[in-house]
Amino acid sequence: MAEQQNQQSQKGAVRRFLQSIAVPLGAVALALLIGAIIIELSGASAWEAYVALAKGAFGSAEGWRRTLEKTTPLIFSGLAVAFAFKAGLFNIGAQGQLLFGAITAAWVGFAVHGLPPGLHAALALIAGTIAGGLFGAIPGALKTYTGAHEVITTIMLNYIAMGFTDYLANGPLKDRSPGNIIARTPEILPSAKLPTWGWLPFGFILAVLAAVFAWWVLQRTTLGFEIRTVGQNPHAARYAGMKVARTVILTMVISAAFAGIGGAVETQGVVGRYEPGFNANLGFDGITVALLGKTNPFGVIPAAMLLGAMRAGSNVMQFDAHVAQEITDVVQALMLFFVAADQIVRWLLRIRAEEGEKITLSTGWGSQ
Amino acid sequence: MSEETLALEVRNIVKRFPGVLANDHVNFTLRKGEVHALLGENGAGKTTLMNIIYGLYHPDEGEIYINGQKVTIDSPHDAIRLGIGMVHQHFMLVPVFTVAENLILGAEPTKGWTLDLKAAREAVIRLSEQYGLEVDPDAVVEDLPVGVQQRVEILKALYRDAKVLVLDEPTAVLTPQEVEELFVIMRQLKERGVSIIFITHKLKEVLAIADRITVMRRGRVVGTTTPSEVTEQDLATMMVGREVVLQVDKAPAKPGDVVLSVQDLEVEDERGLIAVDGVSLEVREGEILGVAGVQGNGQTELVEAITGLREIRSGKVVLGGHEAPDRNPRYLIEHGMAHIPEDRQKHGLVLSYPIADNLVLCTYYKPPFAKGLQRNEEAIEENAKRLVKEYDVRTPSIFTPARSLSGGNQQKVIVAREFSRPVKLLVANQPTRGLDVGSIEYIHKRIVEMRDQGAAVLLVSAELDEILSLADRIAVMYRGKIVAVVDADKVTRAQLGLLMAGSPAEDVLDKEAVPA
Ligand SMILES: Nc1ncnc2c1ncn2[C@@H]1O[C@H](COP(=O)(O)OP(=O)(O)OP(=O)(O)O)[C@@H](O)[C@H]1O
Ligand SMILES: [Mg+2]
Repeated sequence: MAEQQNQQSQKGAVRRFLQSIAVPLGAVALALLIGAIIIELSGASAWEAYVALAKGAFGSAEGWRRTLEKTTPLIFSGLAVAFAFKAGLFNIGAQGQLLFGAITAAWVGFAVHGLPPGLHAALALIAGTIAGGLFGAIPGALKTYTGAHEVITTIMLNYIAMGFTDYLANGPLKDRSPGNIIARTPEILPSAKLPTWGWLPFGFILAVLAAVFAWWVLQRTTLGFEIRTVGQNPHAARYAGMKVARTVILTMVISAAFAGIGGAVETQGVVGRYEPGFNANLGFDGITVALLGKTNPFGVIPAAMLLGAMRAGSNVMQFDAHVAQEITDVVQALMLFFVAADQIVRWLLRIRAEEGEKITLSTGWGSQ
Repeated sequence: MSEETLALEVRNIVKRFPGVLANDHVNFTLRKGEVHALLGENGAGKTTLMNIIYGLYHPDEGEIYINGQKVTIDSPHDAIRLGIGMVHQHFMLVPVFTVAENLILGAEPTKGWTLDLKAAREAVIRLSEQYGLEVDPDAVVEDLPVGVQQRVEILKALYRDAKVLVLDEPTAVLTPQEVEELFVIMRQLKERGVSIIFITHKLKEVLAIADRITVMRRGRVVGTTTPSEVTEQDLATMMVGREVVLQVDKAPAKPGDVVLSVQDLEVEDERGLIAVDGVSLEVREGEILGVAGVQGNGQTELVEAITGLREIRSGKVVLGGHEAPDRNPRYLIEHGMAHIPEDRQKHGLVLSYPIADNLVLCTYYKPPFAKGLQRNEEAIEENAKRLVKEYDVRTPSIFTPARSLSGGNQQKVIVAREFSRPVKLLVANQPTRGLDVGSIEYIHKRIVEMRDQGAAVLLVSAELDEILSLADRIAVMYRGKIVAVVDADKVTRAQLGLLMAGSPAEDVLDKEAVPA
């Protein structure tokens, strides 16, 4: 009898898991389908295009390396968005936080001399993480002390971050080496660089560890319990004696720290310096990743890999199947559209929303 | 009994939830123009049955007939089309909309491309007159008292032409006055041929208004009867399956030191108006101070101020001789306060959390529930298993989310949690709201036990019966002030009623009843 119940609850768990990934999978399938129609309409073969895309992303060790390299920053920014989500906060500011992380790591990477390789790299990573985190404290504090909604403040802070890092890369931290005319910092020292072992970038390992860390904090620590409680029911959190204001700020700091280390890893593992164009959209794409991953730290990894693979494979697709790379952007946008408008997918797949499973993108003003 | 007279009939309804048989071959009939009361323990399956009738749940087995016709109800939309209306245990109005806007929500009359709000207003006025339900169509819902909000819910059902009206625990949140008004409305609806299913835990109400009574227990119908055939005691026994002691027996209080002292407290409500107006009171170890009053006279704000949930404008709250250094509830909880909040879904529970997590909501950060930074899952589960058993929370598992518990069992989770710490001061606001008689008996017993172990108890209740049977002293609150404090054995029900209605204490009470 007890065993039967146990079996039943196991079956229930499997069913619940399948149900929970049905919407993201459905969204991906729909997006690919519409993408295919567009490709066909433009006169190319959708099948060939997708095969070439997959080949480009996973067909070789080189493809895998590129895929993982593109996946890595997306995992970090996806974690940033997903983590804040658990406290009911919508962090649109991952982009700005990532930029701060990236440029701080670049600065530590080129300006600090004489450290042994491992230590130097670690120092740069930590600096980037802290810079991102502190930048995230601002919207957190604004929310708790003035009631300003984090969606608005993080959007505005993104502009500040872009402007400020541009200024740094074009001014005080500019690469003054002869012949350089563009806005960028000097190259970081080899001791600050993150290695890539064959097809496996070190940064990817860090990203996976970060996901485990995020899960651990949320599910296994008392702080995570506070964060989730504030997100689920701030009234009950106050009733239970939790310090809601402190939790909101702390959540934003941790969330932003994920974005910050993401920027640092990109600088130290891929770009090798801070150069504005290279980080474009990595933070914004975190929103898509987080939603596709159902704001679950472990869901973020496959979601980021999907987007990463599309980026990594797109030029092979262009070369082999003569389909413009931009089609991947269209497909990605469609994915975001369908996870956000999940009712469409549910209707198509005939699945009912479980109570409390719906994702609320943004609560109204003064809802706390 | 010909088929013709049945407004609604369900046959052999079965509904299973994971690990629970919520409805077990339920048969139920509703005659035209009758008020049929549905009684049953917490978790007996009343709300589930109603949700099936209203199309929110699909039955696993069974049939539904309306006017003798077999029907399938897949959604509330279908139910409304078939003339079924439901007022839920928790209201479903849009707080920032006006009455008229709420009324038409989901069935908006239009004029060309625009909303025909004029038609909506007229409908409100027409229906109000027709059924004697007084409501201002332009009032914003969140500004209305609960009783009036409920009237809007009923109007909403009538606007959709409901012939069968389901009222799920409508009186749990009403003042005695509002309950009377609701009964007048129900009688009027009856006369106009509306059939009503009325769910409540209050046996007096059942005997006062019902034409027939059906009792459920553990998913099954135990029997159907009429008010003339039964007494309150009979009904209680039918529901719980054993004798229930409706009377609390307790020894005289032995008050000790002052635990809670409130001095000249002034507190504002949401709109910045004075809700608590210079209240002073004291609660001592080993006594129960009951705060009686019609709801909305500042009790909510008083309790929230005492428990640290609301800013105080002036005055002091002193616990165990010390004023709290900050107004965070944590300090109070750590110094021995337990709080059963008035609104269990807003403050008391995180509905999406498993029962086990809800049971450590206030103590999660302390050993044994925390080990360093981490949660100690084992201790949390251990605690949940023990409390669920001890408090007889009806649930398939300790991992069931609080949301899927029946209303009464949600309340038991809160009570279990708050009683599981060492308590010096218990602040209980409507502790038995929505509970069945068996659970009320149990919780009353525990409150008295707590008192006898030396806790100070501040009991706020809109139920005069509860105040009279539990309290050692009674403070009457009226318009934000404590208008009288009397010994419980020196005051009558009638006197309390007058005080609650605002009659001056000098006129109502004998001199010697008022303690110096
Ligand atoms: N959505 C759900 N998921 C899982 N179990 C549920 C759900 N809804 C109800 N139950 C279970 O079904 C049983 C019947 O619940 P129901 O809400 O119908 O009780 P009730 O008679 O209305 O009780 P109360 O008087 O406390 O409101 C309970 O054991 C409850 O835990
Ligand atoms: Mg119920």
